[in-house]
Amino acid sequence: MTSLFEYAPAPESRSIVDIAPSYGLFIDGEFVDGTGESFKSVNPATEEVLTEVSAGSGADVDRAVAAARRAFTRVWGPMRPADRGKYLFRIARLLQERAREFAVLESLDNGKPIRESRDVDVPLAAAHFFYHAGWADKLDHAGLGPGPRPLGVAGQVIPWNFPLLMLAWKVAPALATGNTVVLKPAETTPLTALLFAEVCQQADLPPGVVNIVTGAGDTGRAVVEHGDVDKVAFTGSTEVGKSIARAVAGTRKSLTLELGGKAANIVFDDAPIDQAVEGIVQGIFFNQGHVCCAGSRLLVQESVHDEAIASLQRRIGTLRVGDPLDKNTDIGAINSAEQLARIRELSDVGEAEGAQRWQPACDLPDRGFWYPPTVFTDVSPAHRIAREEVFGPVLSVLTFRTPDEAVAKANNSTYGLSAGIWTEKGSRILKIANQLRAGVVWANTFNKFDPTSPFGGYKQSGYGREGGRHGLTGYLKGATHS
Amino acid sequence: MIGMTHVLDPDALPDDARALMAPLPPYDDVTRSDSAFRAFLHGLPGVDQVGAEARVAMLGTRSIKTTAKAWAIDTAISMVDLTTLEGADTPGKVRSLAAKARRPDPGDPTCPQVAAVCVYGDLAGVAREALGDSGIHVAAVATAFPSGRASRAVKIADVKDAVANGADEIDMVIDRGAFLAGRYLDVYEEIVAVKEACARPGGRAPAHLKVILETGELVTLDNVRRASWIAMLAGGDFIKTSTGKVSPAATLPVSLVMLEAVRDFRAATGRQIGFKPAGGIRTTKDAIKHLVLINETVGPDWLDPDWFRFGASSLLNDLLLQRQKLRTGHYSGPDYVTVD
Repeated sequence: MTSLFEYAPAPESRSIVDIAPSYGLFIDGEFVDGTGESFKSVNPATEEVLTEVSAGSGADVDRAVAAARRAFTRVWGPMRPADRGKYLFRIARLLQERAREFAVLESLDNGKPIRESRDVDVPLAAAHFFYHAGWADKLDHAGLGPGPRPLGVAGQVIPWNFPLLMLAWKVAPALATGNTVVLKPAETTPLTALLFAEVCQQADLPPGVVNIVTGAGDTGRAVVEHGDVDKVAFTGSTEVGKSIARAVAGTRKSLTLELGGKAANIVFDDAPIDQAVEGIVQGIFFNQGHVCCAGSRLLVQESVHDEAIASLQRRIGTLRVGDPLDKNTDIGAINSAEQLARIRELSDVGEAEGAQRWQPACDLPDRGFWYPPTVFTDVSPAHRIAREEVFGPVLSVLTFRTPDEAVAKANNSTYGLSAGIWTEKGSRILKIANQLRAGVVWANTFNKFDPTSPFGGYKQSGYGREGGRHGLTGYLKGATHS
Repeated sequence: MIGMTHVLDPDALPDDARALMAPLPPYDDVTRSDSAFRAFLHGLPGVDQVGAEARVAMLGTRSIKTTAKAWAIDTAISMVDLTTLEGADTPGKVRSLAAKARRPDPGDPTCPQVAAVCVYGDLAGVAREALGDSGIHVAAVATAFPSGRASRAVKIADVKDAVANGADEIDMVIDRGAFLAGRYLDVYEEIVAVKEACARPGGRAPAHLKVILETGELVTLDNVRRASWIAMLAGGDFIKTSTGKVSPAATLPVSLVMLEAVRDFRAATGRQIGFKPAGGIRTTKDAIKHLVLINETVGPDWLDPDWFRFGASSLLNDLLLQRQKLRTGHYSGPDYVTVD
């Protein structure tokens, strides 16, 4: 749609970030050279190489775990909880002070729009540190049983979709409960974790409390399988999650997994339709659909299907796809060539299986990894695009006739991470929410996050909870949740 | 039921007159009875306030710079209904406003003129004469503005008087008391009657009718949506948020809901209705937020003074200051725009 009112480019300046030509690992409070191969991190919107990063070897991971153990035994474990809280408050404030720097770097490395990194990722990451800073000296009174103790060294592996935010979800509760950390960021998005390492130095965090070892799958495996790690926390694909569960089985390690999803977003005929359409858009196109809890299955009541889809298509036509650093961009770049290939493959399968593909007219940049917002209608529960996680801006639309059918179809998934309900009838919200086997159920909203609210899944979406009082238990010995 | 409500209103039209003023298809049967009309209005999709607020907050982050900002400022100036609605208004005050409307920035002849001057009905003639052949419209508030608390006969006389004085746009207020009491058909019929009173002699087109909902008194967004539909079905040419005399006036969530209403009404009937937020829009930033809201809710068809107006008094000077800033690169000050 050409408009009278063309928004002039409004790019956020990247001069605020200073990316070094290469990065080592952050171990024991210092940046050190890794002993493994190095790899490149690219800007997915342009394919420009941003920097070279070390791939941590087994020996590097040994060093990092040893540093974390030392810090746990000598400094962080024995420290007065109120003092641990002070460090976390300091980190939270530094994240706020350097928010613009983190936002720009996140958009450069990940491809997500600056509007989201600026308004969602970074503020929420700071909020997680603030929230958990408050818990540090109150754990005895959190209702988690008498005198809960830290587990020790946590090995944490995080995904590329919310690099800094997932770091915050992992590091903040671990530190607040007295554990130390060896964290491996995703291969394609290591840069904000390395900037976070700088923040740890700036906050005078004792050496070894946070260690960051970059790398790919091998490095992650070394962290997870390390014999001196007490706790493993992973967010990522169900496939990798299963292999981690196998590796950890039979050891003393405790494990939390936050894996994939195929969330149902259920729209009843009495829904506030304009807001429901916004919620559908927010549910599947937020962060290019690279969201484990994305509302990727729209379940719409048959009686309002045509109207809802027409409204949805009109709204999707106004989405602005392009330069992630432009402040008016709604949809940025797909994070990697691999992910783009996966999205294309599953979309082609969807069409081959008989679903109708719809995409708005939209100009995509010539370079970089891009996929337009996509809606599949006439999707049957038997289609692969109704069952498998696409992890991209691809919505599958299914219909239902009665509330029971909606619940049955929503629950008919190997996943169970999140769900949405849209209706003006409050009693229906309460009833349906109780029947859905999903860790998070949103009512008349979608993809809203808060550190006070626990997050996690059923079935192949994983186990354990992150955030809220529940999230603390994953990092405490002898914590019993009431 | 039908008879009951009209007992209270001696000026209500008789039942057999209803066929003459049926709304456009496919809604031509929704006003056949009180209960049918109520069922229709209460069957409109609800509005989730939290979601509406989130949507406008997101659109509020749009960054409008350089060429887009220059276009937006000039467009906004051309959409202003420059307004004075004070008990102290005089012919002199109205003439001074008319001069400003024709040449908003005395130092810059390229600055567009505004869309209309909005005054009380007794001063419409003064405005008409002062605006001459400039093409700027004369809008007059009528129907016992701003409260609307008068008999229908008085309201109709008020409208006819304003039209006779030269107003080619009438800004009426709906009967909020009737609306909140659930007498939707009374509200509807009054708008129809006012629309008829907008007729002008000599084969000229009737005065344009803007229907003020006074959303600050309707309070809920569900009510805003229902009142918007009543006004559109009754033949209003524009729907307008507020009188400017009640706070809150034109908030962005209210504007969003009213824009959704005009969008849906055109999709269903083919008839395009204009929209005018009024009251509380004082800065260029507020105006640009509204233009973005139009652009991304109803699209460019409404980005035109025929379909969108700002009801404002102090907004114009801020637009002029920002316009000067864009052209010269620095801010001037309040002495570089005229005080009216």
